[in-house]
Amino acid sequence: MRFESPQTTKDAVALLAGAKGKGRVLAGGTDLLVQMKSGMAAPDVIVDIKRIPAMKSIKAEKDGMRVGAAVASAEMAEHAALAKGWPGVVEAADLIGSTQIQGRATLAGNLCNGSPAADSVPAMAAIGAKARVVGPKKRRDVLVEKIVTGPGKISLAKDELIESILLPKRPPRSGDAYLRFIPRTEMDIAVAGAAVSLTLDTKGVCTDARVIIGAVGPRIIDVKDGAKALIGTKVDKAALKAMEAACSAAATPIDDKRGTKEFRKHVVGVLARRAGQIALKRAKGSK
Amino acid sequence: MSQIHVSTTINGDQAEFLCDADETLLDVLRDRLGLTGSKEGCGTGDCGACSVTVDGRLVCSCLMLGAEAEGREIGTIEGLANGDELHPLQTKFLEHAALQCGICTPGFLVAAKSLLEHNPKPTETEVRYWLAGNLCRCTGYDKIVRAVMDAAKEMRKA
Ligand SMILES: Cc1cc2nc3c(=O)[nH]c(=O)nc-3n(C[C@H](O)[C@H](O)[C@H](O)COP(=O)(O)OP(=O)(O)OC[C@H]3O[C@@H](n4cnc5c(N)ncnc54)[C@H](O)[C@@H]3O)c2cc1C
Ligand code: FES
Ligand code: FES
Repeated sequence: MRFESPQTTKDAVALLAGAKGKGRVLAGGTDLLVQMKSGMAAPDVIVDIKRIPAMKSIKAEKDGMRVGAAVASAEMAEHAALAKGWPGVVEAADLIGSTQIQGRATLAGNLCNGSPAADSVPAMAAIGAKARVVGPKKRRDVLVEKIVTGPGKISLAKDELIESILLPKRPPRSGDAYLRFIPRTEMDIAVAGAAVSLTLDTKGVCTDARVIIGAVGPRIIDVKDGAKALIGTKVDKAALKAMEAACSAAATPIDDKRGTKEFRKHVVGVLARRAGQIALKRAKGSK
Repeated sequence: MSQIHVSTTINGDQAEFLCDADETLLDVLRDRLGLTGSKEGCGTGDCGACSVTVDGRLVCSCLMLGAEAEGREIGTIEGLANGDELHPLQTKFLEHAALQCGICTPGFLVAAKSLLEHNPKPTETEVRYWLAGNLCRCTGYDKIVRAVMDAAKEMRKA
């Protein structure tokens, strides 16, 4: 195994493209190192991206906030503008593991690991976050929900990586939130998770919404009927109840020792309703 | 496999070592540098016994490669006391009997020190959340939390 720490995205991509055997990107390593230790991953080349300035920065752009692929979740939580503008995404990233894990874990790593229970992914998808994917020849901006294709499977080519993730600027009176259920109070993997993002007009009527549920299927589920239940309403009790029902209906969970199918379907609806209430409050509070 | 040469700073001192590409920082600290204060409880990021700081940020050294330490500032439990003079956290852990077997203690101390640097006046809830990634099989946590709260109070006076 070789260890490389390139200084530019271009060099990182070249290392992946030129790798004999398997090349793997190392961001925070909180998934990759665990997999290497268990023998699940045996890369020939490890490409550490933490010395690439473009990947270590959080930058305001015309279209939103660009979070570098090597920015740790603890750094996100300390960034006031990020936490204020996209509280749902920041609170989801803040749920990942312990303080120690948050000192290393990244959004892009959470995404590229491809776990159906990844906490930040529903939150990112709900706000329409876009990953900047860079390969040897071209770069493309891809909606986050297009990256993961199944458990542990992603749509990136062998010589591609994510350089950054754009959290798009949102209209006034928008709010987002993410909630998950775990059997303990900390340090556990989601049994169900739900993210809601919504926008209100000046009269308080919902003009746009996205409802994404996680850990209740092989990949995240975009609950279009849930969003429809909110749009055109004042996000009152009845609308939230209808959205809850849509989420429970859309979930396709597995049965395991951490939660039965019935439980997961029920609880994902409850989480979505509560996340909807929080997103509503945030939308009303934001200018 | 050819080894990697790494120059780094550990507890303020310049340090150099050779390591394999897949060797963790924890293994380097313990097996190559003789800094055996950091413990391996799980090796998978769950227990926090291997906690160190890297450029001031708390991380699990079992989930970091030694090669990543190049040019960084590493802080370990060995850097807590000032010579023979214990850090207030260490004194309070002793006073409150916040340890039994002691395997978790270095991790708790490094994590608690990092907490008090970020937040000199934490509430009990904040202490418990910050330390949620540190597991202890012996004490039941209560004494640890009390020791940290007490140390925080004392450090604010100083
Ligand atoms: C104790 C513990 C608790 C955890 N708790 C949670 C939790 O509560 N919720 C949760 O969702 N996850 C949890 N995780 C999993 C993990 O911490 C997260 O998935 C984290 O976000 C991964 O980020 P990373 O930067 O550490 O990824 P890495 O381990 O560095 O990478 C993960 C994968 O993505 C690839 N990759 C990384 N960056 C890129 C990139 N820029 N471009 C292309 N590929 C890339 C890597 O090659 C690897 O395959 C936990 C892990 C541990 C050890
Ligand atoms: S040994 Fe590193 S977290 Fe347990
Ligand atoms: S004192 Fe024994 S594990 Fe904490």
